[in-house]
Amino acid sequence: MPSEVTLTVNGATVSVPSGATVAVAVAMAGQPCRKSATGEPRGVLCGMGICFECRVVINGRAHSRSCQVLCEPGMEVSTDD
Amino acid sequence: MIREAQEHFDVLVIGGGPAGMAAAVRAAECSVRVGIVDDNAAPGGQIWRRGVEEDGLTPEATRWRQLLWNSSITRLCGRSVFDLPSPGVVWAEGPAGLCELHYRNLVLATGARERFLPFPGWTLPNVTGAGGLQALVKSGLRIHGRRVVVAGTGPLLLAVAAYLRKHGAEIPLVCEQASWASLAQFTAALIRHPGKIKEGLELKLELRGVPLVANTWPLAANGRHALESVDILRGGQRESIACDYLACGFHLVPNIELPMLLGCKIEEGLVQVDGMQQTSVDRVFCAGEPTGIGGLELSLIEGQIAGLAAAGDAAKARALFHQRRKARSFARILDRAFHLRSELRKLATAETIVCRCEDISYSRLQEQTSWRAAKLHTRCGMGPCQGRVCGTATQFLFNWNVDSFRPPIFPVRVESLSDMTARKVANTVRS
Repeated sequence: MPSEVTLTVNGATVSVPSGATVAVAVAMAGQPCRKSATGEPRGVLCGMGICFECRVVINGRAHSRSCQVLCEPGMEVSTDD
Repeated sequence: MIREAQEHFDVLVIGGGPAGMAAAVRAAECSVRVGIVDDNAAPGGQIWRRGVEEDGLTPEATRWRQLLWNSSITRLCGRSVFDLPSPGVVWAEGPAGLCELHYRNLVLATGARERFLPFPGWTLPNVTGAGGLQALVKSGLRIHGRRVVVAGTGPLLLAVAAYLRKHGAEIPLVCEQASWASLAQFTAALIRHPGKIKEGLELKLELRGVPLVANTWPLAANGRHALESVDILRGGQRESIACDYLACGFHLVPNIELPMLLGCKIEEGLVQVDGMQQTSVDRVFCAGEPTGIGGLELSLIEGQIAGLAAAGDAAKARALFHQRRKARSFARILDRAFHLRSELRKLATAETIVCRCEDISYSRLQEQTSWRAAKLHTRCGMGPCQGRVCGTATQFLFNWNVDSFRPPIFPVRVESLSDMTARKVANTVRS
């Protein structure tokens, strides 16, 4: 198993340790995960799949909880613009 | 859409933390068909979350993991249970599609979550749960050289601070809202739990040089796009501390959505069980934090009892009762020591957002008379977390009784729901 996984967050390439979650990749890309109902930037709160603050689009699938999904090579992640 | 095959189990365990692992392993000893279903990518729950580290597990965690791996238990990870549509049936959604699981006996080991309380700025990126930040670091976030203020209440704060420091974080302060008197009573009460005293001393050693202050809590998190500093109230004085992260959690609350859905008897937020860990519902057992926040040791014992009882070996289950009695006394000590002080109800200002999913402010909720009224009139608790964060907060802030939970208990794709509904109708027509 490779020790690093490379994926993209909003088009930018990010490398994370193998076994890292998408939430970590988003944090490493320096991005908040989403915009709230009133437009505030939001990031991970609970880290365990409860709060839904970390949701992003993963390979086209919206509302994925980034803290619960492991990074895979070539994965395309996007956050709210 | 790929639909996973239906599976049938004599004992199905929901929740892959220590209680669930123990339940599954002991049930499997009785030569019955056992399955364990969990939302996370791997078993272990939060406390035994493995993440990116090779050597991140304690010997005890490794032992239970091996027992689970070397058994005949069907492990269903990365699947969220979203409905229990009829007795004996569980619906879960995973990356590969849906699964319908059938059980004779069910063990609910749904664990606990952190309690979050609103204060100005708590919605800023990099204000996380205490356990929340630890989970992120376990999952690969580099924390080396970052300044982290740890705040809130409960023994988790020390464990998190020690873990983060070990991974290179600078911890300027650990803020505990409980009083020194409560902490002293807590320490004194641990006399009957030498293992806990040893753990505490080890943490203190790992945290040497890091100030741990009681009677202290966060007042506001500040920053433009993300956290830059936190204001705390320490011994009645307000002070500001620059930091990269605020790891803040106010102890734990049980996840009781599934037991509620099944109609299990619940009192003061805890699932009521008999000696065999059986709930008020026939063939449904519950173990670990949902029956009372008692930590790892109690979860492992309750899990074993529930697993054995669900598999029909009452004698083996009974042999563990005396261990459970002792571990339960620790749960009572925890409850007393980390009781939330009333000042924490006053942290939110009129503009502070309480419901993070729908951005509902404190002032809008103040006008409401109940959780139900708040849901109807403001949409508080109607977002994807379904009140797991704000419901718990409003319970404390306004004494609201958060009593309504409906399936699906986690958001699911519409195609999943329609598929399941179609199947339900088809079954009804056939029968």
